[in-house]
Amino acid sequence: MTTPSIEINHTPAVQYLLRIGDTALIHGQRLAEWCGHAPIVEEDIALTNVALDHIGQARALLTRAGQLEGRGYDEDQLAFLRDERDYRNVTLAELPRGDFAFTMLRCAMLATWFRLLWQRLHDSSDVELSAIAGKAVKEARYHQQHAADWVVRLGDGSDESMRRMRAALAELWRYTPELFDSDAVDEQAAATSLGPRWSDLREPWLAEMRQLLVEARLDPPADSAFRSTGKRGVHSEHMGYILADLQYLQRAYPGGVW
Amino acid sequence: MMMNPAMRVTADEERVVRAWAVLQGVLDPEVPALSVCDLGIVRDVLPRDDGLEIVLTPTYSGCPATEVIERSVVEAIELAGLGPAQITLRRAPAWTTDWISDDGRRKLREYGIAPPSGNAAAAQAQPINIVRRKPTAPIECPRCGSANTERLSAFGSTACKSLYRCVACREPFEYFKPI
Repeated sequence: MTTPSIEINHTPAVQYLLRIGDTALIHGQRLAEWCGHAPIVEEDIALTNVALDHIGQARALLTRAGQLEGRGYDEDQLAFLRDERDYRNVTLAELPRGDFAFTMLRCAMLATWFRLLWQRLHDSSDVELSAIAGKAVKEARYHQQHAADWVVRLGDGSDESMRRMRAALAELWRYTPELFDSDAVDEQAAATSLGPRWSDLREPWLAEMRQLLVEARLDPPADSAFRSTGKRGVHSEHMGYILADLQYLQRAYPGGVW
Repeated sequence: MMMNPAMRVTADEERVVRAWAVLQGVLDPEVPALSVCDLGIVRDVLPRDDGLEIVLTPTYSGCPATEVIERSVVEAIELAGLGPAQITLRRAPAWTTDWISDDGRRKLREYGIAPPSGNAAAAQAQPINIVRRKPTAPIECPRCGSANTERLSAFGSTACKSLYRCVACREPFEYFKPI
């Protein structure tokens, strides 16, 4: 006996919140995979701390998404009982964790994006979202600083660390345009002052990333025509595996609690 | 017997005063040197017809202690006969270490944790320095008071702390991060 999936009403506001909340949740899940595996104990602690912040942010956002969705789903039902297509995180967050360089570069990319987004969401017309953002922006700030330190240290480091950081950049860069594509969900969010169009984040993000890459002696790769589509529910092949890990217990033992 | 309105107000006030005194004894499970009042997370205590409403502001988005703290607060208020207690979370304005009381800072130091330095709200308002950050003011060792200390790890055993060591007395210590 397994728990059946829930179906949700994807209004633009609900999708807008799920895109952010799911990105926090899935990136948190990826970072948590490092628990017990990081190269040094301090980084093991750091990665799990960042993961915990993300999961806390996701809990608040999924709770708010559930309220706006209107059928009474709570954070747990949304996290554990949705099917892959109903997850709206960006593809970047779901890619396998890779090596430490890959993890830290992705962390820097996402933390920079989150910090810029939370800053703007603090002015949201939704009082609850504004409050969540007011807290989360402080967390994104130290996530970004920590990850950026490592990008510089590894990029401008030994031959081996530089090789790995370059490989990570070549792999990750093509997933970043999804963070700045705007569609009808963004238009509706902007029209109701729920939050910014994601395209508004592109220039400030690029400015900060360029500054970081220069310091790390890395060159931004050329733009490609590839567009990932996780935020529209069409994920990479990795998403099913991460959901299997994330959802197994609630699916196998419906309503199980600690 | 009916209470007259003036007596009612006084009784409510007394319950609120007693509740604040009770809350002074409810400790943060992860930093048991501090009470929830020292930490600055109790924003309000409001009399309700059948008990009290306690308004709390969570510290970190993912702090696992938040739910434990809520339960401890309810238990303490009800044990003191002031219940039933109801918890309301107030997320805005976001909690800042600037709300840790002077008494709380002293208790942290005595417990071996360096209290958060400076004005966190002002620091947060500064533009972010991603690279080539200026060194921050030295953190004083809570044991010997030396400013000759170094950071071992930006993250520590809980979300709110970093790990340091004192070069003068050689003792490791935790630093409560300003946020």
